[in-house]
Amino acid sequence: MLYREAGQFKTTYAADQQLFPIRQDRIGVLVLLAVAFFGVPLLASEYWFSAILIPFLIFALAALGLNILTGYAGQLSLGSAAFMAVGAYAAYNFQLRIEGMPILLSFICGGLTAAGVGILFGLPSLRIKGFYLAVATLAAQFFIVWCLTKFPWLSNNSSSGVISTQQLIILGYELKTPVEKYLLVLSIVVVLALAAKNLVRSSTGRAWMAVRDMDVAASVIGIKLMPTKLLAFAISSFYCGVAGALYAFCYLGSVEPDGFSLEMSFKILFMIIIGGVGSIMGSFMGAAFILLLPIFLDVALPFLAGIFGLPFSSATVSHIQILVFGALIMFFLIVEPHGLARLWQIAKEKLRLWPFPH
Amino acid sequence: MSKKIGDVILDLQNISLRFGGVKALTDISFNVRQHEIRAIIGPNGAGKSSMLNVINGVYHPQEGQIFWHGQERKRMEPHMAAQQNIARTFQNIALFKGMTVLDNIMTGRITKMKANFIEHALWFGRAKNEELEHRKKVEEVIDFLEIQHIRKTPVGRLPYGLQKRVELGRALAAEPSMLLLDEPMAGMNVEEKQDMCRFILDVNDQFGTTIVLIEHDMGVVMDISDRVVVLDYGKKIGDGVPDEVKNNEDVIRAYLGAGH
Ligand SMILES: Nc1ncnc2c1ncn2[C@@H]1O[C@H](COP(=O)(O)OP(=O)(O)O)[C@@H](O)[C@H]1O
Ligand SMILES: [Mg+2]
Repeated sequence: MLYREAGQFKTTYAADQQLFPIRQDRIGVLVLLAVAFFGVPLLASEYWFSAILIPFLIFALAALGLNILTGYAGQLSLGSAAFMAVGAYAAYNFQLRIEGMPILLSFICGGLTAAGVGILFGLPSLRIKGFYLAVATLAAQFFIVWCLTKFPWLSNNSSSGVISTQQLIILGYELKTPVEKYLLVLSIVVVLALAAKNLVRSSTGRAWMAVRDMDVAASVIGIKLMPTKLLAFAISSFYCGVAGALYAFCYLGSVEPDGFSLEMSFKILFMIIIGGVGSIMGSFMGAAFILLLPIFLDVALPFLAGIFGLPFSSATVSHIQILVFGALIMFFLIVEPHGLARLWQIAKEKLRLWPFPH
Repeated sequence: MSKKIGDVILDLQNISLRFGGVKALTDISFNVRQHEIRAIIGPNGAGKSSMLNVINGVYHPQEGQIFWHGQERKRMEPHMAAQQNIARTFQNIALFKGMTVLDNIMTGRITKMKANFIEHALWFGRAKNEELEHRKKVEEVIDFLEIQHIRKTPVGRLPYGLQKRVELGRALAAEPSMLLLDEPMAGMNVEEKQDMCRFILDVNDQFGTTIVLIEHDMGVVMDISDRVVVLDYGKKIGDGVPDEVKNNEDVIRAYLGAGH
């Protein structure tokens, strides 16, 4: 009885079409935001900000970007990390080469550059689908990383393409501490997540899902496939690009092209598989899960080994990590393709009826 | 009956369509008049679905001409049919499986919605008002088809008969001037068929929508259509009002020969 929509009758279509139509969801989101903006800065330690919360938000943003493309528009991509790299390097160059460029504008321009590159690598999607498209985006992954290493201009002639990001100055104030960076990242991610939520509940999102579910029917209805798919590539890459810029400027401070590896692209893909394909919230859940699981195993495995008196090495931990990841991904692909977000939904539906099972 | 029917709005002349060596349609001519219910019948594989695909630009015939409101039509892409107010349903249900009934039907109005993605993302300008305005229209369709109770259900979870109805709803949401229905009653029970018949007649009657209908149930076809064209192996073997067609010897032979 804690979570009920009974009694909340919608008397207008406007009420029914709100961002979060169910009151408990609205309250839940507000509480979550309040905690994230005001509670966490008071409670969390520096380690938590720089090692867990900031990367979590950044990867959630990248996963959200991939989810727009793969989850909503149905176009598989293995190039997310490369689009992050474009965002990071573009933002760096805008800061470097334009006098007095505001940092936020650099992030946006980084995102826009990634969007442009995304459109370019999205062009094959007009001809090919599924597995073959994934291979084409794989080409993007390798090509972009290669370019960043190959053309020194892009990294201001630094050796092997390493860049060290500029200071974060907003309206004359320099953000230095982890908590300040966290708040900046959080604000950007919240704004972009709300924008994504708006997109997917509007006709832009419906066009994407229509193309994903049945492209012939979509075009017969009047949806033009080419602009619809390319818009998905553009917006998805914009999100990844901004995530990349934040990754460089607010998380690591110094990045190299090889850091944006295929492995990272896969990590982002696993986030949406585990979190939920075609779910905004799932992107956050998946990112949290994938980032926290290794930390959890690091602590839990030696502890378990100790209890059972088993021999133990750090190599074992990483092997077990891989096993657990593999098992989870297979579980979600086969048993629950809509991921953690769907499990959460089922839990809510149960709660709605609780304590009466029928 | 005949007084409501207007001029010829769609005229197909000498249409031939081949897939490699397969002749799906051979030299077919027929026309559709405004406000009529025009049935296409024939055994399986006769080329009926191909005919609809030619009309709305999914297939491109190798030969022949198509006149739409008196103007010869150039090569057409499917999304242009929507702009010309032609909507359709498919023989094998082609709903958007991951979306709710409401969203599926809302998608039917997509060409009428003008807000761009930036307005959508920021939920300002036309985005919000359009969503409300079109929701109203969609609710009218939902009421018309009596599917209020399943509005928020993902279509994948609905039984077959209701899915067919939702697909009709998605087509109707576009307020089409011409509606192409590919076997809308296939696989339905008697009651569902009656409902569907009633909806088709009401659409034709209340909104004046021209309907091109493929249907196997002869009872239904003879009952509701104004004129019938009969195809067999991609050729036209009969064309006329139901009574004429019923007594046409070629038609009887084709149907008996095909084991119907
Ligand atoms: N896309 C296609 N590719 C190849 N052959 C096709 C295609 N569509 C239809 N055909 C062929 O055209 C013929 C007519 O098919 P169809 O129009 O579906 O018949 P009907 O709807 O009357 O059962 C069949 O022989 C079918 O195999
Ligand atoms: Mg057919």
